[in-house]
Amino acid sequence: MLELALKGSKRYWMWISFLIVLIGIGALAYVNQLMVGLETTGMSRDISWGFYISQLTYLVGLAASGVMIVLPNYFHGYKANKHMVIFGEFMAIAACIMCLLFVVVDIGQPSRMMNMFLHPTPNSVLFWDALVINGYLFLNLFVGWTCLTADRAHLSHPKWLKPFIYISIIWAFSIHTVTAFLYQGLPGRHYWLTAILAARFLASAFCAGPAILTLVMLVTERVTTFKMPKNALKTLVKIIAYAMCVNMFFFALEVFTAFYSNMPGHMHPLVYLFAGAHGHHELVGLMWTFIGLAAISITLLVTPKFRNNMKLLPWTLVLLVIATWIDKGLALLIGGFNPTPFGTITPYWPTGKELLVSMMIYAIGALIVTILFKIATEVKQEVGHSQKLPCGCSTEDGCNCAEAEEKTEEVLAEA
Amino acid sequence: MKNDRRTFIKLAGIAAAGIAVAPKAMASSGQSPVKVNANAVHAKHWAMVIDTTKLHTEEKIAKLAEVCHAIHNVPNVEGNKEVKWLWSDAYAHTFPEQENPHLSEEVHQRTFPLLCNHCENPPCVRVCPTKATYQRPDGIVAMDYHRCIGCRYCMAGCPYGSRSFNWGEPRKNLDLEKLNPEFPTRMRGVVEKCNFCVERLAIGKQPACVEASEGAIVFGDLRDPDSEVRQVLRERFTIRRKPTAGTEPSVYYII
Ligand code: SF4
Ligand code: SF4
Ligand code: SF4
Repeated sequence: MLELALKGSKRYWMWISFLIVLIGIGALAYVNQLMVGLETTGMSRDISWGFYISQLTYLVGLAASGVMIVLPNYFHGYKANKHMVIFGEFMAIAACIMCLLFVVVDIGQPSRMMNMFLHPTPNSVLFWDALVINGYLFLNLFVGWTCLTADRAHLSHPKWLKPFIYISIIWAFSIHTVTAFLYQGLPGRHYWLTAILAARFLASAFCAGPAILTLVMLVTERVTTFKMPKNALKTLVKIIAYAMCVNMFFFALEVFTAFYSNMPGHMHPLVYLFAGAHGHHELVGLMWTFIGLAAISITLLVTPKFRNNMKLLPWTLVLLVIATWIDKGLALLIGGFNPTPFGTITPYWPTGKELLVSMMIYAIGALIVTILFKIATEVKQEVGHSQKLPCGCSTEDGCNCAEAEEKTEEVLAEA
Repeated sequence: MKNDRRTFIKLAGIAAAGIAVAPKAMASSGQSPVKVNANAVHAKHWAMVIDTTKLHTEEKIAKLAEVCHAIHNVPNVEGNKEVKWLWSDAYAHTFPEQENPHLSEEVHQRTFPLLCNHCENPPCVRVCPTKATYQRPDGIVAMDYHRCIGCRYCMAGCPYGSRSFNWGEPRKNLDLEKLNPEFPTRMRGVVEKCNFCVERLAIGKQPACVEASEGAIVFGDLRDPDSEVRQVLRERFTIRRKPTAGTEPSVYYII
C-alpha cells in the first residue's frame, strides 16, 4: 500500500520537499548537539527538562486523543465516525513517533538509550512511559494498517482484530496517565504533585488532540476528495467543547486548592506563572494569554451559532490549540521547576538550536502524517468512502442539500 | 625485549597472585576474587552531622568544596549550567519551608553547606530508569556514570537540587594539569553528585570534607548507638532539609 504515497501531484511533492528541507536544517542542529552536548540548550542545573520534554508531554495528548473518534465507533456503535477512525489512528502513529524522538534528542547519552530496556526498572515511570508509548505505536500501526488493507480489498474488518482495538482504546488512556505520573509523583515539585494531574492531562488531550486532528482534516479535505461526514465532525467538535470546559474546570480546582489552603508550596508556582515572583515575570503575559484564549474558545464552542459556523470553527480551534499548548506544552513544565528547590527562580527559554531540533521532529511528524493520510485518502477514494459531493457534503451524510437550498431561498425571498 | 620481559613478569606475578588468592576468595564469598581493602570502614548506614555553629561562613565552606571538587575532578563551570558536589547557600534557600520572619539574626546570617543528603528514601533512585543511581546497603546513594543515559529524571526527582548534569564536555572546564589520577573524570551527558567519598571509605579514610572541616562535620554509623554521630545527635538540636518530602536525609544540621 505504501506505493500510494509515491504518486502525487506537484503540490504534494513540493510539500514533501519542503518538509525534508526543514528536517535537514533541524538535523544539522541535532548533529551539533550530538557533538558538543546538551549545552546547546537553554536548560540548566535548576531547569533540567525543557522544551523537548514539554513537547513530548503535549504530543502524548495528541496520540491519546485519537481514541475520541475510535471509542464512539467501537464502544457505542456510533457509525458516523466509521470512516474517520483511520485518521485518528494514523495521527496517533505520527504523534507516538514524535514523542519517542523527543525522548531521544533529550537524552545526554543517546547511544546508551537501550539501557532503559536492558536494565528494566519497574520503579521508574520513565521506563513505563517508554513502554506504553511504544506499545501504543505498535497497536495503532497494526490496527490501522490491517483495517485499511481490508478496506482496500472490499472486505469487512477481521473479527480477530477486535480485541486489539479494545486494548488500544484502553491503552490510549494509559499512555497519558503514565505520562502524567512521570511528573505527578515527585516530592518537592508542588505544581506537579497533585492527584488531579492525570485527569487534567486527559482533559486537555481530549480537547487539544481532536482540535489538531480536525484542523489537519480540514486541510486534508481541501487537497483530497475526502470529506468528513457532517455528523462526525459535529460530534467531534462537541467533544472538544466538553473536554475544554472540563480542562479549565480542573485547572480552577488547582487554583482553589492552592489559594484556599494558603499552602506556600502550592501557591508559589501559580504566583510565579500568573504574577511573577522575585522580579521574574517571564511567563505572566503568556499565562494571561492562555486564560484569555481559553475563555474565547470556550465561548465560541458552547454557543451553537458559533460552533456550527464552519468559517469560524478553524479559528476557534487554533485559539484552543494555542491556549492548551501554553498551559501544557510550556507552563506546566516551567511551573514545576520554578520555584527551584531553593525557593528561587531560574528562568528558562529554549535556545534557537533547541527550537531547530524541535522543528525537525515536528517536520518528521508532518511528513509521517502526510504520507499516512495520503495513503488513507487514496484508499478511501478507490473504495468510494466519504467522498465529496458537488454540494460540499460527504457521501456518508445522506445529503438532502437540494431541498435545503430551496428552503433557504424561500426564506430569503420572504425576508 | 626489556619491555616484553617486564610484561611477562608482571603477568606471571598477577597470575600467581590470582592462584594464591582465588581459592580463598572463592571459598569465603563465592564471588569474584577481588580483595577488599583490610582498612575499609563499614557502617550499617552512613550519616553526617554538620555543626553550623562552627561551619557557617562562605570562605570556610568554599575551602571544603575546593577539596571535594579537586579530588573528584569536578569541572568548574560558570553560570546556571554549573556542576557542584558541595556548595553553600543562605538559610532561606537551605531550609526554604522552615523560615520565619523573626528568626534569630545570627542563624539567619549564617551560610550553610549543601550536598547530596544520601536520603534513606531517595526519590532519585526511585525514578532512575536504568539503575544508574542506586542505594548501597550502607545507605550511600551512589551513581554508575557509565550506566547513566542522561535523562535527568533524577534531577527532577531530587527535592534538594543536589545533582548536576554535564551539559558540555567536563574536561573543557578542568585543569588537566591538576587532575586527580585516582578518580575518574566524567563524560558529557551524564549526571553527577557527591558520593559520600565511597572511594575514601573503601581505603579506611573519612570523607574529604569531614577531614578538612576541623571537627565541624561528624561522620559515622547512624545505626550504631555508640557512634560519634549518634552521640552528637543525642546532645545537640538538629534539623534536616525539607522534612515534608519524606526522603529521610542522612545529613543533619546542628543549628
Ligand atoms: S539528596 Fe537528592 S540526590 Fe541525594 S539522595 Fe536525596 S534525593 Fe537523591
Ligand atoms: S540521568 Fe542518569 S542517573 Fe539520572 S535518572 Fe537518568 S539514567 Fe538515572
Ligand atoms: S562527602 Fe566527599 S563527595 Fe561528598 S561533599 Fe564531602 S568530600 Fe565531597
